[in-house]
Amino acid sequence: MLEIALDARRGSFHLHVECRFTSDWTVIFGPSGAGKSTLLRFLAGLDLSAPSRPQQARIALDGHLLTDTSSGLSLKPGHRQTSMVAQQSALFPHLSVAANVAYGLHDVDRSSRQSRVAEMLDLVDAASLIDRRPRDLSGGEAQRVALARALAPKPRLLLLDEPLSALDGAASDALLVRLQSWATEHRAQTVLATHDATDALATGAEVALLHEGRLTAIGPAAEVLANERTRLAQRLSLEPN
Amino acid sequence: MVLPPTVLGFFLLVLLGPRTSFGRAITSLLGHPLAFSFSGLVVGSVIYSLPFAVQPLVAGFSAVEPALVDAARLLGASRVRLVRTILVPLASRSLIAAAVLSFLHTMGEFGVVLMLGGDIPGATRTLSIVLYNQVENFDYAAANRTAAILLALSAFALAAIYLSGRPRGGRRA
Repeated sequence: MLEIALDARRGSFHLHVECRFTSDWTVIFGPSGAGKSTLLRFLAGLDLSAPSRPQQARIALDGHLLTDTSSGLSLKPGHRQTSMVAQQSALFPHLSVAANVAYGLHDVDRSSRQSRVAEMLDLVDAASLIDRRPRDLSGGEAQRVALARALAPKPRLLLLDEPLSALDGAASDALLVRLQSWATEHRAQTVLATHDATDALATGAEVALLHEGRLTAIGPAAEVLANERTRLAQRLSLEPN
Repeated sequence: MVLPPTVLGFFLLVLLGPRTSFGRAITSLLGHPLAFSFSGLVVGSVIYSLPFAVQPLVAGFSAVEPALVDAARLLGASRVRLVRTILVPLASRSLIAAAVLSFLHTMGEFGVVLMLGGDIPGATRTLSIVLYNQVENFDYAAANRTAAILLALSAFALAAIYLSGRPRGGRRA
């Protein structure tokens, strides 16, 4: 369970979130500029120091505090067992795909590291890319590798900020299913931020609706996104065959 | 950068000499004065050329995408590992440019070297001073050779900067 109490101001933007994500897989749904990425960065432990420090933040995962501004506690990003994948894959350009995926496995012995890298690349259907350099990857391939890199350390909290935007619909759906299954198997609490209603509906998970920095609804996808589903259905029925 | 080399050399000569407590402390620490020694020459050259290294270094490290730094931090990189495995390799071209620019600048430097180091054969006599002495003695043949060496070193250094700055391939869509 992920507990969040967050209050942060950046210029005229005010992010105020108080909630509990009880599902293993939660989708934060909202339009661009709603504060999804900002929220995920705070959860990851980024932007918690000056000058972007929130006014108030309390983040706990399964009862363990990750951040608590009232007591001055803030675990460093690398000490939170948290991984994050953003839209921008941010692969290290000077390292091979294998070295990128292995980067977070510095405390794992060499043979286990190699097998974990192969396992993760296989999971995201990118095993054939293992010796490539990031500059030789397409956008979709880079996102797959970034996912493999994030999963490799087996995080307890997995934050996904529109991580499949460069993949086509079918590939994205297939990867989401694999990701969900992996997260369940490894007990990784996952928070997926998206503005794409189909992504949110496809996972059939708990959905939190974020609008202008505020959570306006939280609950099962079918309920929270009922309007979105109707809109999508209408749009599909209006499209010519 | 704006201080004339001879003025900087003079200040350093006074600062590192026996008339100041700092100069005396350095002398007692090292066992010899820094002025008129090769070590002193290195110190003076570093101070004089450092500003020329700072600019490419700042540009190089600033050009590293913050998203890469965030990614490394999230993957558990310590500050030292972040610098060693991400920042230095990604800013390596700027590091090379900074080193080469400083080297070229120091190699051609005259004022600080002559003021602080004097012209002691085998200790503080640099190629630029050798060239100056040869011209002063009307030994143009030797001066030509020395100038050719300096020119070759400069060309080699510039080639190193050019080669290190060449793109290594584009991104595929």
